[in-house]
Amino acid sequence: MASAPTAEPMAPLSDAGYGGEPANARQRSGRRRRQIPVGLTIGSVILVFLGLVAVLAPAIARRDPLEQNIAQRLQAPTRENPLGTDRLGRDLLARLLYGARVSLVTGGLVVVIAVAVGLILGVISGYYGGYIDFGIQRTVDVVMAFPGILLAIGIMAFIGQGLANLVVAISIVNIPRVIRVARGGVLQARQMEFVEAARALGASDRVLMFRHIVPTILAPIIVQATFTLVYSIRTESTLNFLGLGVPAPDPSWGGLLDEGKSYIQTAPWLIGAPAGAIALAILSLNLLGDGLRDYLDPRQSGRATMSTL
Amino acid sequence: MNMYIARRLAGLLFVWVAIAIVVFALLRFVPGDPAIILLGSEATPKQLEELRIQLGLTRSVPAQFAEWMTHVLHGDLGTSLLSKRPVVEEILERLPRSLELATLASIISLVIAIPCGVIAAVRRGTIWDQGFLSVALFGICIPSFVLALLLIFLFSVELRWLPLRGYRPWTDGVLVWLRYLTLPALAYGLVQAAELARMTRSAMVEIVELDFVRTARSKGLPERTVVYRHALSNALIPIVTLVGINLGVLLTSTVVIEYIFGIPGVGSLLVDAIRNRDYPVVQGVILGIATLYTLLNLLVDLSYAYLDPRIRYG
Repeated sequence: MASAPTAEPMAPLSDAGYGGEPANARQRSGRRRRQIPVGLTIGSVILVFLGLVAVLAPAIARRDPLEQNIAQRLQAPTRENPLGTDRLGRDLLARLLYGARVSLVTGGLVVVIAVAVGLILGVISGYYGGYIDFGIQRTVDVVMAFPGILLAIGIMAFIGQGLANLVVAISIVNIPRVIRVARGGVLQARQMEFVEAARALGASDRVLMFRHIVPTILAPIIVQATFTLVYSIRTESTLNFLGLGVPAPDPSWGGLLDEGKSYIQTAPWLIGAPAGAIALAILSLNLLGDGLRDYLDPRQSGRATMSTL
Repeated sequence: MNMYIARRLAGLLFVWVAIAIVVFALLRFVPGDPAIILLGSEATPKQLEELRIQLGLTRSVPAQFAEWMTHVLHGDLGTSLLSKRPVVEEILERLPRSLELATLASIISLVIAIPCGVIAAVRRGTIWDQGFLSVALFGICIPSFVLALLLIFLFSVELRWLPLRGYRPWTDGVLVWLRYLTLPALAYGLVQAAELARMTRSAMVEIVELDFVRTARSKGLPERTVVYRHALSNALIPIVTLVGINLGVLLTSTVVIEYIFGIPGVGSLLVDAIRNRDYPVVQGVILGIATLYTLLNLLVDLSYAYLDPRIRYG
């Protein structure tokens, strides 16, 4: 996927990065810990804004997103319909606001499911090793052998449209990445002395895994969760664009673009607003993810971000 | 090297069989009886039975899989429910158009990204660098279908330079062919270029600092030779990976791009098949793209080992 966080660590861009001296680097990571990256702030503000828009949609929208008014079809933006109307005279603003709900609800549920399942499987895989690890990792290989979006398309093609199905399909695609991150963290943490000490004190496997090891790998997991939200919104809007998401007439950003594309010559406003919404959501989440990584996980930090510009 | 290739091929075989199982299993996820969904509730029992036989749903699941797999290994992906033609034939007929699109998009992304990435890395910290990075960040955030619609609006609707949608084969004239393919290729190439430029930049930034580059410079080689011959050739590994992976992703993204631009390639075959519930075609296309994607990943890994001999022994 185009926005995949790359495994290759990117060189730091901040002013301190130019020297490249180890002492400098240490100072820098020390300073970063205290300073909240600009991207993190901008990203969270936009995300909170989108969240508010989704929650308050009924209050902000003056019309019902499904209410048709054929007499007013394909109207350019007016006072009454600030973003114009679609082919059935429905208010685009209302549809856009309610569409935010689909993106955010899908994204939120996918993050919860993918992180919960991925974390548990990843920790078990890394902690026990052996056959369990082999089995889980080969399954991960298989899922990741599909280009992510294709697998989601395939699953949706067979299980059919609907919000719940959308969440299931996108979760399946995202779980393996969380498993990889969690397993990698556990393999490192397992070697640490405090884990040895806890084991020597007689802690059970479950206590060791979830009380002692999991807290040490939370930072990369939180970062991964943010990027899962990015992938999820991207995939969700693509699936809706292809007509494989929530069924009509319910609005979604991808679906609005799909409807609008036939009227690109006569009613281009139908494209602009949903395109902007999708780009804004993904941009803010990318900033948030990069910023969180710089803040929580300085070892992985330094990927090119707005925060360093 | 041969051992390495053999090991990788064995791994590939395992993954491919598993992919095939997943694709086979997809049809079993259809809620209810696929035959009833396809024919409607008014179909006669005889019609339903015939369709179930055609979809291979009449026997036990392992027997179904064995039969399906045998057919697949003989290059038979079943018959389209809609056109009644073999799925393989449909795919092969449309594949060249998708490959044209993917190739053109890759060329566009390489031509834009590598010079931009190199310039940004060499002039790190300057306005050039920051400009490229901002544009690239923006490029990464825009899904290709959103960019495609914006490009259509700009170049087809407002400026009227390029056709809105459609496809013409190159036998109609290379210029005509290019006119129709430019926007779709641009829509995808630009998004890829953004990521590739960031990757090129970061790989170059690390290498430009290394001793051998300083040596090359201090022995008086021209800057161009230092940058392109010495530094860039060593930065190629991450770049090759990304280009390879992108080609695989491109195959999928053509689904969306072909759908927007009405290009009769494999992608629009998939979208049409999904809309018509032509399950054998959907399975065939997904298996085909996933197979190509795995092969591409293998090629990328092998080119790794070729570009950097240390990897083979790692």
